[in-house]
Amino acid sequence: MSTNKKKNDGFANKQMLSRAIKDSFVKLNPKTQLQNPVMFLVYISAILTTGLFILSLFGIRDAKPAFIFGIALILWFTVLFGNFAEAIAEGRGKAQADALRAAKKDVEANRIPSLTERNQITKISSAQLKKGDLVIVNAGEQIPADGEVLDGAASVDESAITGESAPVIRESGGDRSAVTGGTTVISDWLVIQVTSEAGESFLDKMIAMVEGASRKKTPNEIALQIFLVALTIIFLLVTLALYPYSAFAASQAGKANQTSVTSLVALLVCLAPTTIGALLSSIGIAGMSRLNQANVLAMSGRAIEAAGDVDILMLDKTGTITLGNRQACEFVPVDGVDIKELADAAQLSSLADETPEGRSVVVLAKQQFGIRGRNLSGMNAQFIPFTAKTRMSGVDFMGNEIRKGAAEAVKEYILEKGGVYSASCEDAVKRISNHGGTPLVVAKNGKVLGVIHLKDIIKDGVKEKFADLRKMGIKTIMITGDNPLTAAAIAAEAGVDDFLAEATPEGKLKMIREFQQQGHLVAMTGDGTNDAPALAQADVAVAMNTGTQAAKEAGNMVDLDSSPTKLIDIVRIGKQLLMTRGSLTTFSIANDLAKYFAIIPALFMSVYPGLAALNIMGLHSADSAIFSAIIYNALIIVALIPLALRGVKYREVTASQLLSRNLLVYGLGGIAAPFIAVKLIDLLIVAIGIV
Amino acid sequence: MNTAMECILYLAVLILLAVPLGTYIGKVMNGEPVFLSKVILPIENATYRMLKIEKEEQMTAKKYSISVILFSVFSFLVLFLLHLLQGVLPLNPESLPGTSWHLAFNNTSSFVTNTNWQSYSGESTLSYFTQMLGLTVQNFASAAVGIAVLFALIRGFIKVKETGLGSFWVDTTRTILYILLPLSLVISIALVSQGVIQNFSSYQTVTLVQPVTLQDGTKITQEVVPQGPAASQIAIKQLGTNGGGYMGTNSAHPLENPTPFSNLIEMLSILLIPAALCFTFGRNVKDKRQGVAIFLAMFILLCSALAVIAASESGASPQLAQNGAVNVSSVGQAGGNMEGKETRFGIAASSTWAAFTTAASNGSVNSMHDSYTPLGGMIPMLLMQLGEVVFGGVGCGLYGMIGFAILAVFIAGLMVGRTPEYLGKKIEPYEMRMAVLVCLATPVAILIGSGLAAALPQTVQSLSNKGAHGFSEILYAYSSAGGNNGSAFAGFNANTVFGNVSIGLIMLFVRFVPMLATLAIAGSLVQKKRVAVSAGTLPTHNAMFVGLLIFVVLLIGALSFFPALALGPIAEYFQMLG
Repeated sequence: MSTNKKKNDGFANKQMLSRAIKDSFVKLNPKTQLQNPVMFLVYISAILTTGLFILSLFGIRDAKPAFIFGIALILWFTVLFGNFAEAIAEGRGKAQADALRAAKKDVEANRIPSLTERNQITKISSAQLKKGDLVIVNAGEQIPADGEVLDGAASVDESAITGESAPVIRESGGDRSAVTGGTTVISDWLVIQVTSEAGESFLDKMIAMVEGASRKKTPNEIALQIFLVALTIIFLLVTLALYPYSAFAASQAGKANQTSVTSLVALLVCLAPTTIGALLSSIGIAGMSRLNQANVLAMSGRAIEAAGDVDILMLDKTGTITLGNRQACEFVPVDGVDIKELADAAQLSSLADETPEGRSVVVLAKQQFGIRGRNLSGMNAQFIPFTAKTRMSGVDFMGNEIRKGAAEAVKEYILEKGGVYSASCEDAVKRISNHGGTPLVVAKNGKVLGVIHLKDIIKDGVKEKFADLRKMGIKTIMITGDNPLTAAAIAAEAGVDDFLAEATPEGKLKMIREFQQQGHLVAMTGDGTNDAPALAQADVAVAMNTGTQAAKEAGNMVDLDSSPTKLIDIVRIGKQLLMTRGSLTTFSIANDLAKYFAIIPALFMSVYPGLAALNIMGLHSADSAIFSAIIYNALIIVALIPLALRGVKYREVTASQLLSRNLLVYGLGGIAAPFIAVKLIDLLIVAIGIV
Repeated sequence: MNTAMECILYLAVLILLAVPLGTYIGKVMNGEPVFLSKVILPIENATYRMLKIEKEEQMTAKKYSISVILFSVFSFLVLFLLHLLQGVLPLNPESLPGTSWHLAFNNTSSFVTNTNWQSYSGESTLSYFTQMLGLTVQNFASAAVGIAVLFALIRGFIKVKETGLGSFWVDTTRTILYILLPLSLVISIALVSQGVIQNFSSYQTVTLVQPVTLQDGTKITQEVVPQGPAASQIAIKQLGTNGGGYMGTNSAHPLENPTPFSNLIEMLSILLIPAALCFTFGRNVKDKRQGVAIFLAMFILLCSALAVIAASESGASPQLAQNGAVNVSSVGQAGGNMEGKETRFGIAASSTWAAFTTAASNGSVNSMHDSYTPLGGMIPMLLMQLGEVVFGGVGCGLYGMIGFAILAVFIAGLMVGRTPEYLGKKIEPYEMRMAVLVCLATPVAILIGSGLAAALPQTVQSLSNKGAHGFSEILYAYSSAGGNNGSAFAGFNANTVFGNVSIGLIMLFVRFVPMLATLAIAGSLVQKKRVAVSAGTLPTHNAMFVGLLIFVVLLIGALSFFPALALGPIAEYFQMLG
């Protein structure tokens, strides 16, 4: 998906268009129409006017047959346009679902009775696997079902799901033990315990989600629909009451009632919030689809909306705020040692150190002092790797012993050797820690040379990003395992609002609860099993696809890219979804003003000629006014489909600024646009002689 | 210019009085001590003991609603019977008979719903007993119910994760004892000082100083002057936004409103409590700015309405001006369109009253709105059609406006990309459903009522005018009922079976549907947690929100009534221009 998402970014391709057009007609089924009360009203109106037209052919005339025919035709188009809007939004998801289905085929699974009896293989169809079954998957085979790796380690191609072609490592234990059915083992083998049965797998859920099959109306959508239905009821009453009103007015003026049922139906459809009514479900589907394109799978539409409400983001330091690894940025010699000597020793000890930190020491030594790489093999050197026990690494060569490592470890090592761990070294270590760095003490032959300052590198642009979020009222909390001093320094540099140092799963959970108690909505990402409780507690919980099954189940979204910065995109998509709904609702209602000014004078000018003064658009005739308004009403749906799919423009500014901008564009724009458009349509249909 | 200065003065005095009263009401309803506590607290506690009311009870929304209903049903039955039986009851010096069932139904609905629509003249239809024990009691009771429900809603906003909204009986008792009674006492004494009658005498016959000869030659030399306990009823009719006149011509009658000073007192009394409640709201939700914002939205709507009425009335019409042959300027004379207005009040005091009485759901009049210019008459109609939320009735006007605020934050909340919230409480489908009932009950009722009336052939006989103005008379009558206002366009005779029943039903509908929906909102909000405020929260106390709220109120009103107004006052306006 991520690989081919560029292609799909356009509005729609030809194939999707033709499918959508076909679906627009399929959706004329009354059952489908009933799902959307506002559009159902248009549907009924279309049927009613069609009936009136047929009656008019037999002499029972509500109005001129050609007029009724015209109105009926436009009403049918309005219904079709509404259907089309929904179909085109669904189209993208359907295409995606088709691709996923291709990955989800029955395969033969190698079931084994237990870990110790892995030679007793029973061949079984993947569809028949039960929860708890053990299967062994060898290189080149497809993983038959979602599961937990119990034994083995293998590289797995997950491109069928994530779109990412580079294989990933899956192994037993730890946080990379979950595998997904439909992915393929490339090398080695895995023993997997099945965690979901056919039909409930991750892939099944994913297909259902992207297809919109399991799409339920979200609370906000329901609330909006209540509002729209209420408005529709009011307009229904307005038009119903208008008939006796106009009959009364006409009889008082001693004239025949000029108001036909057809023109009142036209007025009703114009007034009803058809624009937002037709686009409402497309906006929701498109929001979900945008999330899918960001390679995030939401387990419910509710989760996306909650993302818009989030005001606390708990972000892992590593990968989100800082680059994954630290870099050496300074050599600090102590006890009068020459800085070059320190750099030289540091470089020597790091030459064989393949960790990013080790490499950065070599790079720094070269940058600052031009110390080049040396061939260690000539020196009979022996590299001492880092272990969790010694917490030091180093090199022994020609009787020399260089060690570098955590201050505590080196101190112990020095004291053991009978050397001196000076106060100035302590000071240097403390100073580096206070600035958010990690000190690495370097010692040669039992003597401390100095300290390497390893620094967390803050990602480019994160500070600005957090400032933007703050403007929107979203606080960022950095989660880190570092000690409070280091954490505070990094937090200050990255510009986060707060931090949780020496974070434990319990600490995270407690923090989330506290924020929620104060009325905040919290979003977080997590991958490990021990993140599961916090994920379950958070309002928006994004589990990494690389994470464990427990984490995935606790979260309400899964990030297929496993990117820690994804949370920020998710919030954006959630907000954009709500904003699009609100803006188009405002636009739709604001449109009614112009429609009144088009239709009311047209209906009543014959009774009260003075009302011609309300015809401020100068529309040609009563018929042309009604036609222009209702044609506008149909065309605006089509015109706004791209906006509904793309979402309204999103900016990271305060709520007040967002509101004033959207009110200006969609409120005032919504008032002005139809005045211009209706006038133009009027000029056009008069010019080509339709009325 | 004089007209404008006079109007501004009225508004300034109103604000000066409303702010301290708002604080006072807030304290009273929270049970905090106030300067009257010494006197009233013993009476309050005695009342609770006598009626076995639990002072600290916290009713759920359901229980609160049931109490409201029980109380209203009881009030209804008593008042209905009083109407029918007044012929055999005491204090009836004129020996007035019981009313017809449909008038009794209409008038009972009217006073129980704080509407005070009257399709009869008080002095010739109702006995002192019915007026005092029936109408005046309801003037207090219906006002107190509205205020009580408002405070249940306020508690819904401020309490977190609870279920109790306070006690209906305590809220009602406090409203009457601490707010309505003391204010009524002060105002009725002030009115009596101006010459408003307060007695139990029988009607007096006086000889006219200037005998009148009718067109058919009949000479009239004598006049019957009605008497009775008027001042006490007038004070509460104004304060409680009831509006039901003691006399048929309401506060245009010289014994009900004799002097410019009595006029000022009565006029300010209309908006005093509704305006004060806005400040109470801000105080009690612990964010004064919220109350000021709602006040400003109402105030701006009121000022605009007043400006249009005053301008239209002082501008008169081409027909009155007769191409300049008639001097309609207000220099050295009342000027403008004085038809239907009292010369002792003039254009400014009449226009201000018209705006105040229809902004608040009061409905008392000191001039005849039927005689206003088309636009001058349209604005009072529109104010009622907006659902009586421009200050509106005591309590109910504010909770109606909060209903609109919920709609406004819903649209605006979506536009800033968040689940909408108001005062820290999330607005979800349930609240939306109820808010829609609060806001749309009025348009629904008016559209159905006036549509039916326009369709019925006999309606024409109730009208005193033809054409667009005749239609305005129908529309005004149903708008008045649909807004629980009660003022009349005068030209429309509603004392028919259809008129009485349809208007009665509408009054009940628009009173109790929004009221119960408000309590439902309160019951749902009180259980919710409070959402923290951040820069991403939509502010509901700034100019933009005030503007948005005004826009939403006008939008719902305009969209619902533009066609109707086009066939009534707007058509008439263009006819007037010729």
